[in-house]
Amino acid sequence: MTDTTTPITFTPERLAKAQEIIARYPAGKQKSALLPLLHLAQEQYGWVSSDVMDYVAGLLSILPIEVYEVASFYTMFHLDPVGKHVIEYCRTGPCCLMGGEDVYGHLKQKLGIDTGETTPDGKFTLKEVECLAACGWGPVFQIREKYYMNLTNGKVDEIIEELSKD
Amino acid sequence: MAVKILTEHINVPGINTFDVYRKMGGYAAVEKALKKMTPEEIVEEVKKSGVRGRGGAGFPMGMKWSFLAKPEGVPRYLVCNADESEPGTFKDHFLMREIPHLLIEGMIVSSFALGANKSFIYVRGELMYVIQILEKAIAEAKAAGFLGKNILGSSYDLELVVQPGGGAYICGEETALLESLEGKRGNPRNKPPFPAVKGLYQSPTVVNNVESIANTPWIVNNGGDAYASLGVGRSTGTKLISASGHINKPGVYEIPLGITVEDFIYADEWCGGIRPGHHLKAVIAGGSSVPILPANLILNLANGDKRLMTYESLSDGGFATGTMLGSGGFIAMDETSCVVRNTWTFARFYHHESCGQCSPCREGTGWMDKVLERIEHGKGNMHDIDLLVDVAKKIEGNTICPLGDAAAWPVASAIRHFRDEFEWHVKHPQEATQPGAVYRGAMELV
Ligand SMILES: Cc1cc2nc3c(=O)[nH]c(=O)nc-3n(C[C@H](O)[C@H](O)[C@H](O)COP(=O)(O)O)c2cc1C
Ligand code: SF4
Ligand code: FES
Repeated sequence: MTDTTTPITFTPERLAKAQEIIARYPAGKQKSALLPLLHLAQEQYGWVSSDVMDYVAGLLSILPIEVYEVASFYTMFHLDPVGKHVIEYCRTGPCCLMGGEDVYGHLKQKLGIDTGETTPDGKFTLKEVECLAACGWGPVFQIREKYYMNLTNGKVDEIIEELSKD
Repeated sequence: MAVKILTEHINVPGINTFDVYRKMGGYAAVEKALKKMTPEEIVEEVKKSGVRGRGGAGFPMGMKWSFLAKPEGVPRYLVCNADESEPGTFKDHFLMREIPHLLIEGMIVSSFALGANKSFIYVRGELMYVIQILEKAIAEAKAAGFLGKNILGSSYDLELVVQPGGGAYICGEETALLESLEGKRGNPRNKPPFPAVKGLYQSPTVVNNVESIANTPWIVNNGGDAYASLGVGRSTGTKLISASGHINKPGVYEIPLGITVEDFIYADEWCGGIRPGHHLKAVIAGGSSVPILPANLILNLANGDKRLMTYESLSDGGFATGTMLGSGGFIAMDETSCVVRNTWTFARFYHHESCGQCSPCREGTGWMDKVLERIEHGKGNMHDIDLLVDVAKKIEGNTICPLGDAAAWPVASAIRHFRDEFEWHVKHPQEATQPGAVYRGAMELV
């Protein structure tokens, strides 16, 4: 969760990365770096607050509104605080054919929360997403960069227990 | 064994590294293209190959390339569409993950052919781990002198940028993708102007799918005629099929265009048949957007001939009895599948993904989602079924981009071929809403 007492700023490594990303585009087209920078910001802060968006706008010399309207269009950016692990499960047809609804039902039961909620200890947030381009390996969910595929109730238990440790 | 253009070496250990890829003959096409061919000659070979865009629309790639405007002093761009978000499709994900250098090699020869010095690969943001794989491959290729300034001493410069999306199916539509790449919301543009004239940063741009571009090294190495000799008629070459659903071996298969649908489903070389003890009920052959067909119609044409895995054969019969190859997302459904429920998940998908710019799409996808949810949950009436057909008809052809059509077709086709099942939901709400309940009426299974 964002610590609102310290000003928003990228870590030195991320700032260097951000500069490198901005330099990829032709002169004057630095706004193209917006999605990559929002990903970078979310990686650092876990979610994208309006302070974070203002900071990104500053880095790109664009208006804050240009960042807000983009961040709210794309589903990957969390505009509210989330738990430590955000589990995004695929709810689309092919994953459902592979028994997705049962597995996700089990997942909700295991965590004791419904879609859109966060566990009281702040460890897990559950989100429903559309097709993750892994339909033949469904049911599928994603936690940050990692894909968890061919899910079964047993696998869900293992993954949650493993992640609960840290 | 069928000829493999894309996946011949995919199981070689370490093929994701530059060294192994190179040892297996990789980057030979870059050497040939830059040292022995002119850009025009490459475009000519791609034209001769007859390869059609693999992103869904099937537009001839060579023709698209030849439309690229070439005003003096204006940069041109090649943008690879790796947004892959059409439900049922996961082939580009597979190809980039397993053999990233094939796409990089294809991007180099294609960029050279089009005269682009900066090219982009736009990957859906969810595939961040694949983006990392591509970035590593690009660094390796650069270190080996295949990217950067003065490649192989040819005086040709190329820089490749991998761009993450942010989670939005609509950004697979090429003009929405360009908007997104410019750091904006993914709202499709009105056409014309087409990207070939005014694309990225208002400059001439070619947008091609991952698989399309991955075909170009083979075409450069072997010639367009050799490519055109594979396949059937105007369906030349091979096609990656993403196979999911109730088959024995879900996965990605590179098939020669022209095998029968029956072979694809039942042969051990491909899907290996329907899972034990079950029977085929329906297939969605080209990703969620294309019309669903019942088992007998996907296997056979209306005249009784066997249907083939080609653009032409899959669309034989129009929408009355046919469908489309689309992106090659092949979803097989056995008798345990509920067509109403599956159609509803798709309608919900399109409702969620509509960018909201045009009212027929924004409102229509919302209505279809709502009405299908109602029917699926035993709260529908007979009039709802006709209402769905009516809404689908009002969306079709009346929108800025083809997402509207893509949303209408699955609903219209499901009702066209499975009306009984919708009516059963309306007439027997209690039975239909039992967990796992599926209509088992007069339906032909195979
Ligand atoms: C709603 C929508 C989504 C699309 N998604 C994709 C996609 O994920 N990948 C893709 O290559 N093409 C997609 N397309 C097609 C592209 O607009 C474009 O035709 C294609 O990238 C061109 O490349 P190709 O000719 O090599 O197929 C989509 C089209 C629409 C209307
Ligand atoms: S058809 Fe739908 S997705 Fe396409 S531009 Fe119109 S509202 Fe947006
Ligand atoms: S439907 Fe779940 S990954 Fe495609």
